[in-house]
Amino acid sequence: MNALAEAFAGHPGLLAAVDPWILSFSSVTVIVTILMGFWAAKKSKTASDFFVAGRGVSVGWNSAAISGEYLSAASFMGVAGMVMSSGYDALWYPVCYACGYLFLLLFIAGPLRRFGAYTIPDFAEGRYDSPVFRKIAVLFVLCICFFYTMPQMKGAGVTLSYIFPGLPYWVGVALVGAIITLNVALGGMKGITLVQAFQFWIKLFAISVPVFVLMAVYGSYGKQLAVNGIPQTPGAAIELSSSVSGAASEVHRLALPEKAPKDDLWMAPFGPLTTKAAKASHLSAEDTRSYALLYTYSLIIALVCGTAGLPHILVRFYTNPDGVSAKKTTMWVMILIGVFYVFPPVLGVMGRNLLPELYNGVGSKGTDKVVLELPRILNEKVPYLGSILSGITCAGAFAAFMSTFSGLLVSMTGALAHDVYGRILRPNSTAQDRMRMFKWCAILIGGVAVLLGSCVEKLEINFMVGQAFAIAASSYFPLLFMSVWWRGMTLKGAAAGMLTGGVLAVVAISLTSFSTLAAGNDGMAKVFSVFKPLGAFWTAHPLVRILCEQPALWAVPLAIITMIVVSKLTSKDIPKDIHMKMLVLHAPEKLGLKQEYIQEHEGAGH
Amino acid sequence: MKTDPANSTDIHSESFLHLLMRRQLKLSIVCAATFIVALFCLPLLNFYAPELMATRVGGFTLTWLILGVLFFPYVWVISYTFIKRSIALEDSEVRKVEAAKKNGRSGEAGR
Repeated sequence: MNALAEAFAGHPGLLAAVDPWILSFSSVTVIVTILMGFWAAKKSKTASDFFVAGRGVSVGWNSAAISGEYLSAASFMGVAGMVMSSGYDALWYPVCYACGYLFLLLFIAGPLRRFGAYTIPDFAEGRYDSPVFRKIAVLFVLCICFFYTMPQMKGAGVTLSYIFPGLPYWVGVALVGAIITLNVALGGMKGITLVQAFQFWIKLFAISVPVFVLMAVYGSYGKQLAVNGIPQTPGAAIELSSSVSGAASEVHRLALPEKAPKDDLWMAPFGPLTTKAAKASHLSAEDTRSYALLYTYSLIIALVCGTAGLPHILVRFYTNPDGVSAKKTTMWVMILIGVFYVFPPVLGVMGRNLLPELYNGVGSKGTDKVVLELPRILNEKVPYLGSILSGITCAGAFAAFMSTFSGLLVSMTGALAHDVYGRILRPNSTAQDRMRMFKWCAILIGGVAVLLGSCVEKLEINFMVGQAFAIAASSYFPLLFMSVWWRGMTLKGAAAGMLTGGVLAVVAISLTSFSTLAAGNDGMAKVFSVFKPLGAFWTAHPLVRILCEQPALWAVPLAIITMIVVSKLTSKDIPKDIHMKMLVLHAPEKLGLKQEYIQEHEGAGH
Repeated sequence: MKTDPANSTDIHSESFLHLLMRRQLKLSIVCAATFIVALFCLPLLNFYAPELMATRVGGFTLTWLILGVLFFPYVWVISYTFIKRSIALEDSEVRKVEAAKKNGRSGEAGR
């Protein structure tokens, strides 16, 4: 809070530049979210309420809550920003974010729900009867979640420095981080189910209404796209309006700055995003395209498999009363997020035509804020309308990073309090001890997340989320997929595969991100200056750069192969009750096998 | 626990589990294949037929329209089909097992 006060004191004009509409809409969202958290905290008393919301959430609430948690700052702000900066290639992100759910539905959601456990570490322990494996699984929960919190924190920094022009990026990160941490420490997950569901509808409203209004005033999605690829001469523009719409309405377009990608590159596949590494090495056009195809496939694999391995989403499936409702929930989630994901690219396309000056901005002033700033141009046409709509998108952005960050914080805190403290450090601790630990862990993790978030201003929000997905795809996805469908998996095989894929992916991804942060001359570049020489290496080896930036293409198969090979070598270690375990995973719940399994275990003295 | 291995309605038998997992996996793989073929062909089409994919359809390029809009309903259809079939599959398993139980009991009573 002091930092905020100082920032205001240091910039006397700061408050004057604040748009009252935008400020009030955002404040209302934050206050309502917090009040709901406190209200729900009063209602959740027991420890199991705290961890998975009492397990009795209906399909409608749960699917809206999962969607609300899933649609992060990356979906709300990052997708539009990336479509604006990179064009067609960025469309893979929203599509695969939504479609990755299909994989989850087809292979993982049902069996995992039937097996019945609170968290992935619970599943890992139950499937292999090994507390050691639980520790490894917890490690990855923390790792993936931290990668995922960084872009959320950037979203917070960008939004606050948009609302308060002149406010340093890191102050916004710290402020939002503190508010959410406090909320989670006091509310737990029961609050979050309700709040997440509510926030999904805020987000959908906040993205769709401005899109419809902007399209009504400035021309539809199709018309906005149609002007790209047409030479920017007055004659051509007239020709276009007659050929596309046949009406007199002409799509208005501002001149692009130097830094913006050219129309043909932007509009076509294999544009700036996927060809960056190859272009930096001045490869031939044909090679560049081949490398871009490789990049595209690796990205697709990361996003599709990564969704199925995101720990904070999977934990939600345990809040369904049974396997059938877990499946129905997934179906509804896909519809809800699919509808949502049509909108952000529209804003990205319009941003390119109507707000091209954002191409000149860097960090928190760049294209990542197009969703927030674009509606404001309506002020030219109708007084206050632009400010009101911009206030609405800011409220949506708050809902986006607050809900996802809360969800991640609960997952991480749950892993620390429930697994590390409750099971590993002090197995005899009382439920009350664990509740108290939950609060302290939340504060600890919130602090680390703010620190990490302050470092990543230069990286694109959406790109960072893609990286978190790649890590999940290389570690959890192979673990879950193989454990559910192959009875020959042993503990050693599972651990070896998950660690090989996951650790290598983390290293590869961190190296590319560090070298990006090291480029340039700002303060952050100095912190990461050790990694500067990597830049020259990447230029010399573009293929290595692509495979490190998008590791899923090799890391996922590598993890699966390692699992198979090591499991075959240690096949005498296959759990003895594997038959019963597979039966619980696959047999319909109505047959009541789960109950039988638990009784057998208790009988055996477990 | 020891039962005739050919009896696939005894839920604890190896053959019941084997059959169950195979039926589930087959359904999942068919649905996944429908999805993956589309997802993996689109970049290939972009690569080998760039002119075709750049055809303008109501302002969109063909490939933009497919990826940015039409892909979502396509996936909904797949997931809807999967859910209906997989619920039906579970129900038929449950019916089979219960029918077998009933037959077994009435058979014993008759003896």
